[in-house]
Amino acid sequence: MTTEVKVPALPESVSDGVVVVWHKQPGDAIERDEALVDIETDKVVLEVPAPVDGVLEKILSAEGEQVTAAQVIGVIRSNGTAAAPLPAAAADQQPEEAVRQEYDQPLGPAVRKLLAEHRLQPGQIPATGKGGRLTKGDVLAYLAQSSAPAAAGEEAAEEPAGEAAVELRPPVTRAPPPVAPTPGMPEIQEDRPQKRVPMSRLRARVAERLLQASLGTAMLTTFNEVDMLPVRQLRERHGKAFAETHGVRLGYMSFFVRAAAEALKRHPDINASIDGEDIVYHGFCDIGVAISTERGLVVPILRNAEYMSLAEIETEILEFVEKGKTGKLAMDDITGGTFTITNGGVFGSMLSTPILNPPQSAILGMHSITERPVVVDGEIVIRPIMYLALTYDHRIVDGKNAVTFLRTIIELLEEPASMLLDL
Amino acid sequence: MKQDFDVIVIGAGPAGYVAAIRCSQLGMKTACVDDWIGKDGKPVPGGTCLNAGCIPSKALLESSELYERMHSGIASHGIAAREVELDVATMIANKDLTVRDLTRGIEALFRYNDIEWLPGSGQLLPERRVRVTGHAGESRMLACEHVIIACGSSPVEIGAAPLQEGRIVDSAGALDWTDVPPRLGIIGAGVIGLELGSVWRRLGAEVTLLEAQDQFLSMADRQITRSALQLFQKQGLDIRMGALVKSTQVSDAGVEISYRSRDDDHLLTVDRLIVSVGRRPCTENIAAAETGLLLDEGGFIHVDDYCATNLPGVYAVGDVVRGPMLAHKGSEEGVMVAERIAGQQSSLNYDTIASVIYTQPEIAWVGKTEEALRQNGVNYRTGTFPFAASGRARAMRETDGMVKLLSDAETDRVLGVHIIGTHASELIAQAVLAMEFEASSEDIARTVFAHPTLSEALHEAALSVDGRAIHIGKQARGRK
Repeated sequence: MTTEVKVPALPESVSDGVVVVWHKQPGDAIERDEALVDIETDKVVLEVPAPVDGVLEKILSAEGEQVTAAQVIGVIRSNGTAAAPLPAAAADQQPEEAVRQEYDQPLGPAVRKLLAEHRLQPGQIPATGKGGRLTKGDVLAYLAQSSAPAAAGEEAAEEPAGEAAVELRPPVTRAPPPVAPTPGMPEIQEDRPQKRVPMSRLRARVAERLLQASLGTAMLTTFNEVDMLPVRQLRERHGKAFAETHGVRLGYMSFFVRAAAEALKRHPDINASIDGEDIVYHGFCDIGVAISTERGLVVPILRNAEYMSLAEIETEILEFVEKGKTGKLAMDDITGGTFTITNGGVFGSMLSTPILNPPQSAILGMHSITERPVVVDGEIVIRPIMYLALTYDHRIVDGKNAVTFLRTIIELLEEPASMLLDL
Repeated sequence: MKQDFDVIVIGAGPAGYVAAIRCSQLGMKTACVDDWIGKDGKPVPGGTCLNAGCIPSKALLESSELYERMHSGIASHGIAAREVELDVATMIANKDLTVRDLTRGIEALFRYNDIEWLPGSGQLLPERRVRVTGHAGESRMLACEHVIIACGSSPVEIGAAPLQEGRIVDSAGALDWTDVPPRLGIIGAGVIGLELGSVWRRLGAEVTLLEAQDQFLSMADRQITRSALQLFQKQGLDIRMGALVKSTQVSDAGVEISYRSRDDDHLLTVDRLIVSVGRRPCTENIAAAETGLLLDEGGFIHVDDYCATNLPGVYAVGDVVRGPMLAHKGSEEGVMVAERIAGQQSSLNYDTIASVIYTQPEIAWVGKTEEALRQNGVNYRTGTFPFAASGRARAMRETDGMVKLLSDAETDRVLGVHIIGTHASELIAQAVLAMEFEASSEDIARTVFAHPTLSEALHEAALSVDGRAIHIGKQARGRK
C-alpha cells in the first residue's frame, strides 16, 4: 500500500516553500512521526513527519525544489521491505538521475555534455548537422544568442590585429549565461570583484512583502519621545527579585508590550485591519515582537498580550528567541498578529521609520535609550530618552488617533503605576 | 531504335565498374565497355587502378617493405636475418597474381550482377548511342537510355623524356621490371613518384627524384610534408626540388638527364628513368565530334556537381572529370550517378574524400590543410600528437610521424585531419567518418578508443586541441 507524502497546509501569508533537506533517501525504512523532510517557507522551516511506518519509495520533489501546500512530494510504501530491489526501481522511475540521458535522436558526446550542463533539450535548439543532427556548433550558437550580450571586458575570442587565424584559448562554456545587469547597476568589470548570490527564499519573500507594504498602504510615521527613567528605576529596584521569582530577566520589552496592549484597548482602530472593503476590528491584542535571526527578521506573536503578565511576556519572548535561533519557530508562532513592536535600539538606532506588517495597521518602533538634557518642571535635567516611531496606515488610522495612541503609550510608560491601576 | 540497354558504362576502372554494379543493383540493364588488355594479352576489367596503378603498386610496396625490414629493420627486435635473398621476378609474379585475382573478381561481379561485359573501345555517338569496337575489329552500335563515361586518365608524357622501352618508362612500366636498376631516376616527386621510388629504393636502387615545383607535396599540409621530406631523405631518397628536366639522352651507359635547378644546369645519369609528372584525362575519341560533348580547358569532360555532362542522359565520372584523381572518388561518383538515374537525390561530399600516399610512413589526410584555412581567413585551433608518444607505436618500433587535427575556433567542428605514420591509410577513415557527421574535436575527445592502438593518436590529437592531451607533457597548442 502506498502513502503520499504531502506538503502541509501553509497559512494565508505563505504561498509556497522550498524543500530544504530530505532526512531519508529512497529505500530507507521510516517510522511514523519520524522527521522525514524539511520545507522552508519565507518565515520558518517546517518539519514534515512521516505519516506512516514503511519505506520511502520515491522522492518527487528534490532538495531545492519549490513546492506548494498539499503538493505530493514523496511516496511511502507501507508494507515493503527496505531491501535491495528498491534502488533499481527508483532508477527506472527517475530518468533524470540516470547516468545516460535518453534522447529520441542521435547525439554526439560533446552535444550531450553541453545539454546536460545547461539543462537544455535538443528540441529547443536549431540543428544544422548531417541528417538534421545537432552539432556542438549548434548548441554553442544557441547559448551565445540566448544569453545577454557580454559586458565589456568579458573574455572573447579576440584576434591580434593583422593575423588571419591564431591559436585561441579553449572555449569557456561551463558557466551559465550571464544575466543582463539591471539598469543603474555598474557594469561588471573584470578587475573589481563582485559576488553574485541568489536570494534565500526567506529573504526573497521578505523583500516581496516589504514592497507590498509600501505599495499597498498609505504609510505615515509619527514620532515622539519617552522618558525611560521610571521604567529604569523599576527595573533597578525590582529586577533581581523579578529574575529570582520568575526565572527570567526583566527587560524593557515587556513594559512596551503591556503599554501597547493597553493603548490598543483604548484605541481600537489601531488594532484593526483592512480586509477588502471591510475594516476588521480585532477583539484581542496579538502583539508581534520582531526578532532578528540568521535567516532574517521574524515576528513571533504574543497571543492575547492584554492578559499576559510581564513575566509571561518576558518568558515567551525568550522562548521565541531560542526557537528563532534554532529554526524551530512554528507557523502558528508567526501567523496572525494585530500589532507589531520592533526594536532598532538594540543595534543603536536613534530614530527610524518602521515599515508596516500587513495586514496590520500600525507598528511601533523602539530605539536606543540615550541620556539627553530635557526640561522637567522648568529645569534642565538629564534623562534616559528613547525616541518612538509609530508607522500607521492612514487609510484607517487618522493622524490624530495615531498621535494620541502614541502619547498613550508614552504616558503609560512614564507612569507605570497607571497600568497597575488601570488609569 | 530499340534500346539495347538502360545504361552503358564506358570504362571498367573503379569508377566504371562500380557505376555498372550500382546500376544493376537498382534494376537497370547495364553494359560495361573497356579496352584494357592485360599482361597476358586478354581483355580485362579494372582499369588503371587494378592493372597498373593502386593494386599492383600496393602489392610491390608491401613486398618491398618486407624485404627492407628483413634486410635492415629487425635487429632491434632481436632477430638477425642473414643472406636475405631477393627474387624480383617472383615479387612481380606475385603482384601479377594479385591483379589477376582481382580482375577475375570483377568479372565475377559482372556476371553476378548480369552486367554485359564488352571488351573493346567505346565511343559516344549522338542520341545516346555507343559504338563499341572489339579487339578483333568488329564494331557494333548500341542504343541506351543513359551513358556513363568513365574512361579514366593516362600518364602525362613530356617531350624532354620520351618513353623508350626498358630505359624511360611511365608508372605502369615501372611495375614490371624483373631486376633492380642500380640507379633510378624519377621525374616528379608526387604521390606516384614517391611510391615507386620507395619500392625500388628498398629493393636496392639508388633513387633520385627530380621535382619541378619548389614546394614538396604542395597539396598537403606543410607541417606534415616537412616531416615527410626529412624522413624520406633519411631513408635515402634523393629528392631534388625546383629541378626542371630539359632533355634526356639514352645510351648504353644509361640515361643522361639534363635539368635546370636554381639557375644552374645539372646532369644526372641513371640506369632507368620513370616519368611520373601527372595524369591527364583520356578524352581523345571518347565522343564523336557531332555529339557536341563539352570538354573543359584541361581536357576533362565538363560536368556539374552531379556529374551530368552538357548532353542529356550522358554522365561522366572518375579521372576523366574534375576533382582529385582518386579511385574512391571515381567509385562514389559512379554510385551517385547510378542512383540519380534511378531517381534518387544522391550527391557526393567532396570535402570528406581522403588522400593517401602509401610510402612508409604513410601519409593520409582529409579536409583542409592549415594553409588553406589561413588563406580563407578561417579561425581554427590545432591539436597534434606525435606517434613517439604512442605506446602501440613504440611497441611496434614505428614512432615516426604524428596526427594533426584542425578544428573551427568557434564551433569546434573538425575541418581537417592530417596523419603521417604507419597505417595512416587506415587511421584516416576514422577522421573521415567523424567529419562526415560534422563532429567536433570534443566529440572525438570524448569517444573511447581502444588501448593500445595507433588510433589513440587521433584521440589524443583531439584532446590536444583543448590543450589537455594526457600523454604529452608540453602541449603543442597552436601551429607549431
